[in-house]
Amino acid sequence: MRVVRDIDVAEEAVQDAYVQALRRWERDGIPDRPGAWLTTVARRTGLNLVQRRRTLETKLPLLLDRRPDPDAVALEEAPVIGDDRLRLVFTCCHPALAPEAQVALTLRLVCGVPTADIARGFLVAEPTMAARLTRAKKKIATARIPYAVPTAAELPERLDAVLTVIHLLYATGHTAPSGADLVRHELCDRALDLAVLVRRLLPDEREAAGLHALLLVHHARGATRVDGTGKLLRLEEQDRTRWDRELIAEADGLIVGALRAGPPGRFSLQAAIAAVHAQAPSYAATDWPQIVALYDELLRVWPTPVVALNRAVAVAEVDGPEAALRLVEALEQDGRLDGYRYLPATKADLLHRLGRHAEAADAYRAALRLTDNAAEQDFLAERATAADASA
Amino acid sequence: MTEQNDPTATQYVVLIYERMSPNWPDDIPPEVAQANEDVDAKIEARGGRILAGVALGPASTATSIRGGAITDGPFIETKEGLAGLFLLEARDLDHAIELARLTPVADGGVEVRPLLGFMIPESS
Repeated sequence: MRVVRDIDVAEEAVQDAYVQALRRWERDGIPDRPGAWLTTVARRTGLNLVQRRRTLETKLPLLLDRRPDPDAVALEEAPVIGDDRLRLVFTCCHPALAPEAQVALTLRLVCGVPTADIARGFLVAEPTMAARLTRAKKKIATARIPYAVPTAAELPERLDAVLTVIHLLYATGHTAPSGADLVRHELCDRALDLAVLVRRLLPDEREAAGLHALLLVHHARGATRVDGTGKLLRLEEQDRTRWDRELIAEADGLIVGALRAGPPGRFSLQAAIAAVHAQAPSYAATDWPQIVALYDELLRVWPTPVVALNRAVAVAEVDGPEAALRLVEALEQDGRLDGYRYLPATKADLLHRLGRHAEAADAYRAALRLTDNAAEQDFLAERATAADASA
Repeated sequence: MTEQNDPTATQYVVLIYERMSPNWPDDIPPEVAQANEDVDAKIEARGGRILAGVALGPASTATSIRGGAITDGPFIETKEGLAGLFLLEARDLDHAIELARLTPVADGGVEVRPLLGFMIPESS
């Protein structure tokens, strides 16, 4: 991708490559390293498009004041980062782009996530997200943000944006915002691959290990999130004997290393929270005070309303649902989580536990209106019906 | 000026914003003034080139015209006012940022923008 100057040409090339890959894989089967193959095709296609565009430019020199770039077609030798996808992630995460544009652009260009799904992930309308992507691509072209691997000195500075991208990518696959499948394995696998690569590339960056550990724990529990019919299961309903103990142990090793060397960052703390859950023999026997303490620390290093909402869930297990409900209602007043389906869903659970079933049913229905995911819709509809029956 | 020596280079404008003191520019700290003398060579040493530089009078001397009406002061009132700018030639944005960081600033910062056009009339 780095060989193509114009971001629109680059995007076309990636999409062409996907189409070619699908056609070819139908015929010949999937190659051993589909990623590398895709990149090679994208590069070749990109060169064709650049040549086409140059022809156009020589014909329209007065309209297009864009000088041909002799470097644009020079293939770079000996890349510092072996994986071209990872290189593109780093360049999409350039600090000259707004953070939300960095994530969106990476999902769109590196991972091929549809704009509509990215929009849902960011809680914005699709045209808003489309405009954000266009603006970012224009800036890359006009301001000439380089397609280059960050230097060693710049790498750690850009790490947080990259980890955020990978985390959101996993989250998008973990709970696909639309469509029938709760888990899109492909996106999750891709995010996990990227996390492994970043950790190997930056072995001294503890947050890279933290993110890898976090995704490993999510992955270890992935098989039990839905039952045989695709129905969503809550944490307390999941069959813990089916959690992958090897992955959890691997994550634990990474977390211990990440927490040992100094004050932990947000990814290491999230991994630690997930690991405490994963190691508990049952939901009731979970070390909830430990979880609340980790959330306190997480809220300190990363003060966002989503973290505060998750902390409220843990508070319910320590101080009771009444205390948690007050926290959730304060977040509702705050307004920053408007449109975030887990807020009314959490509120509904707490109301239900407090015996306020009619209000709980309303809140479940409010959550229902905010999700397009079929498994989540079924789950929330069922909960609403159960709350109605209790009322 | 309109000729380009390096066809792979891109041109940027570095806009310098300063919180201007009452006696600007007379009370610019001497080390900042000295750094202004040296910046050209520093940028050359890092593979860039300054094509032109512009220093502006203080914001208090500005006159604005909006819809025909004339008012005293800069067009946009901000804590930091536009104090000057220079035109820069760099390989890409990373290079331009590296060079722009060398700009001497007393109490403010700089903004980097790609340059779309720069005209000098034939008669000059």
